[in-house]
Amino acid sequence: MIVDLPSTTMAAVSKKLVKLRNDVGAMTLGRVLTLVIVVDETEADDAIEAANDASHQHPCRIIALVRGGTRAPNRLDAQIRVGGDAGASEVIILRLYGALAEHGNGVVVPLLLPDSPVVAWWPKEAPPDISESAIGAMAQRRITDAAEARSPRAEMKRRADTYQPGDTDLAWTRLTLWRGLLAAALDQPPYEPVVAATVTGASDSPSTDLMAGWLAQALKCPVTRARTRAGTGMVSVRLERRSGSIDLARPGGAVATLAQPGQPIRRISLGRRALAECLAEEVRRLDPDETYAETLTKGLAKVGASGSVKAPGSVAHQAAAGKLGGTKMAAPSGARQGKSSS
Amino acid sequence: MSPAKVAHGQNPLRDPRDKRLPRIAGPCGLVLFGVTGDLARKKILPAIYDLANRGLLPPGFSLVGFARRDWADEDFAKIVLESVRAHARTPFREAVWRNLAEGFRFVPGTFDDPKSFDLLRETVHNLDQDRGTGGNHAFYLSIPPAFFPTVCEQLDRSGLSHASERDWRRVVVEKPFGHDLVSARELNAIVQAVFPPDSVFRIDHYLGKETVQNLLALRFANQMFEPVWNANYVDHVQITMAEDIGIAGRAGYYDGIGAARDVIQNHLLQLLALTAMEEPVSFQAQDLRAEKEKALSAVRLPRDLAKSTARGQYAQGWQGGEHVIGYLDEDGINKSSTTETYAALKVEIDTRRWAGVPFYLRTGKRLGKRVTEIAVVFKRAPHLPFDQTATEELGQNAIVIRIQPDEGITMRFGSKVPGTAMEVRDVTMDFGYGRSFTESSPEAYERLILDVLLGDPPLFPRHREVELSWQILDPVEALWARQGRPDPYPAGGWGPVSSDDLMRRDGRTWRKP
Repeated sequence: MIVDLPSTTMAAVSKKLVKLRNDVGAMTLGRVLTLVIVVDETEADDAIEAANDASHQHPCRIIALVRGGTRAPNRLDAQIRVGGDAGASEVIILRLYGALAEHGNGVVVPLLLPDSPVVAWWPKEAPPDISESAIGAMAQRRITDAAEARSPRAEMKRRADTYQPGDTDLAWTRLTLWRGLLAAALDQPPYEPVVAATVTGASDSPSTDLMAGWLAQALKCPVTRARTRAGTGMVSVRLERRSGSIDLARPGGAVATLAQPGQPIRRISLGRRALAECLAEEVRRLDPDETYAETLTKGLAKVGASGSVKAPGSVAHQAAAGKLGGTKMAAPSGARQGKSSS
Repeated sequence: MSPAKVAHGQNPLRDPRDKRLPRIAGPCGLVLFGVTGDLARKKILPAIYDLANRGLLPPGFSLVGFARRDWADEDFAKIVLESVRAHARTPFREAVWRNLAEGFRFVPGTFDDPKSFDLLRETVHNLDQDRGTGGNHAFYLSIPPAFFPTVCEQLDRSGLSHASERDWRRVVVEKPFGHDLVSARELNAIVQAVFPPDSVFRIDHYLGKETVQNLLALRFANQMFEPVWNANYVDHVQITMAEDIGIAGRAGYYDGIGAARDVIQNHLLQLLALTAMEEPVSFQAQDLRAEKEKALSAVRLPRDLAKSTARGQYAQGWQGGEHVIGYLDEDGINKSSTTETYAALKVEIDTRRWAGVPFYLRTGKRLGKRVTEIAVVFKRAPHLPFDQTATEELGQNAIVIRIQPDEGITMRFGSKVPGTAMEVRDVTMDFGYGRSFTESSPEAYERLILDVLLGDPPLFPRHREVELSWQILDPVEALWARQGRPDPYPAGGWGPVSSDDLMRRDGRTWRKP
């Protein structure tokens, strides 16, 4: 059900919410948090849809603050979506015009779920100091997305300078599976320290920067950040050890290869994660992410830069990927080829 | 700057504070016996795909199918694809599928043919070489227990079951774990002759369900439930697993086994153990199992078994707007079969916490609807400062843990009826995390298969628990074997009259779930 309340007041919106709840009946659901999305008109729909999907895992009330023109007269347009039109959540979209557009926090307060955490999410541009911003100050968790910023590098720097517990960035979330695979690789013998690491990825990929920072912080070894063409995303990670190196590479597409000395090349699907999936992971835990904090505030500074790499992936990765690229149902011959190359 | 130390069990990339890091198993493969079975097609194969889709399978993961079919690897992949398309939970992604399918192998053969197992050994060995499964393999026996001895023997003979110090071999078995105490011990002896106890994973898929694990959170993470979770406040507990379907093509398996062996021995007694046990010292496997075993070993059957048990067999009737045939008319069922399709049982638990609190267990096929729940029913308030008429409609408070299909928790309590008069009636309050959770929450099999690959045993019952369960059920089965035919009950209802009598004798009634 979608209810439009044009040119309205917050009192009317709150009243309507309670009335809808009483009229529709059986809407009790364990809502675990309030998600406040701060977004511009053009990106509002995509963000709300992703939040709706994520709410299937974490039922929540979604409040979308859509900033309209600041030069228009002060006005508040509201829309309430419940039931089938709102996934497992209830969605309240507030369009703010005029001076109101700068005072979104005032309209949000009466709509926050009692006694539940607040999560704030800026799908695109975020204020320079998010924890000091009006919405950010209300929230236990503040989600930004550096990859969507005009200048991801400058954005990362700002996040590091203003970090407060509870901050997190989707560029970090996108790394989770990569990190999981690297950690799993180090779980296996030979148990040797990593003496150096190289992280390769697009020049505009904050995820790649964070990966390098994380490795530098955790492994306490020199980490080099190699750059590929903008838009290529996270490309590969090489961990060098005495007996040889571990190479996890995704030279494009959704399949990655994991190469280790003395072992056949293993392949694994490692696609770019959907926005809803990342958001669901973000709201899963609301305690500060200390690993992210250390990566951001200490790790990034430890990373050494190297020049740009012409094509995505190092030469070794390409050889490995090229040899396996043609095999479909891994005929034994194809797989053996892979082995001989390692 | 000296690099961070790496050693066995010491991984600088794993930080206990880093709660995002997914659990991904080390290199390994799975060998599946009984590929063509219902369970494999509907649950196991889709779960493997879903795990791959979520990025939780290790790189190079391989799946070997074994069956008496003249298939090539591609034919096997086609069968898997069909079952994934029909039953997988997560969306189909071509790239994930292609990558997973590269690791599919098929070995044709029969369980008693040594040559097939030699071929299987070779196949598994080649996987270690080509795909890097690292000698780590789990054998999933999704086959009738009658074949366990042959398969285990062949696994042993061919050397497939022998792990070296650097790798592991595990075996996964499904219920039924025997049909009584003696056969369960025999079965266990057979499996443990080949695999050490730590390598045997018995799947009770109920324990992989989110809501069952949530029972532990409800009891032990909260302050408001545990104080009343005992005989001082609890009147009785009802554990129900009702199915609306009949035996549907499982005649060969079901006849002679019956509802009690099929469901009570494993699922319901596991639920009882989790409901009744004391707080475990930790959620480590040994601590959790120790508490469950204590609870199961304290279970006592009432002296007069005839009066505290009931059994039935569904007759024809109308169910859900459809006319269905009775059990005896089902295909492949002996007309004089005395197998029960409904079983109810009252037990007590001899502990200080539960003294005098009966636990009623019931399960059946062709009942009113499909539902599994644990209902903890509380005593009435010792004194009601209302007029008698005001509380006439007030029942007993209850906390109901709904396990399927509508996962969640219901609380029932008294509330004033709006209006000028003081009247109190029962209201229910639903906690429906599950309702929205079901779409994205992992299937029980995903969790359990992942746990097998990781070697993480808390959710798998140990042999001792299986033995204790049979010790509880064996006297009941012995009594029923002497009783002749079970009481017929019409399909679509809530079981035979004798089961209602069982409750009435105690002055109670079954909940309508």
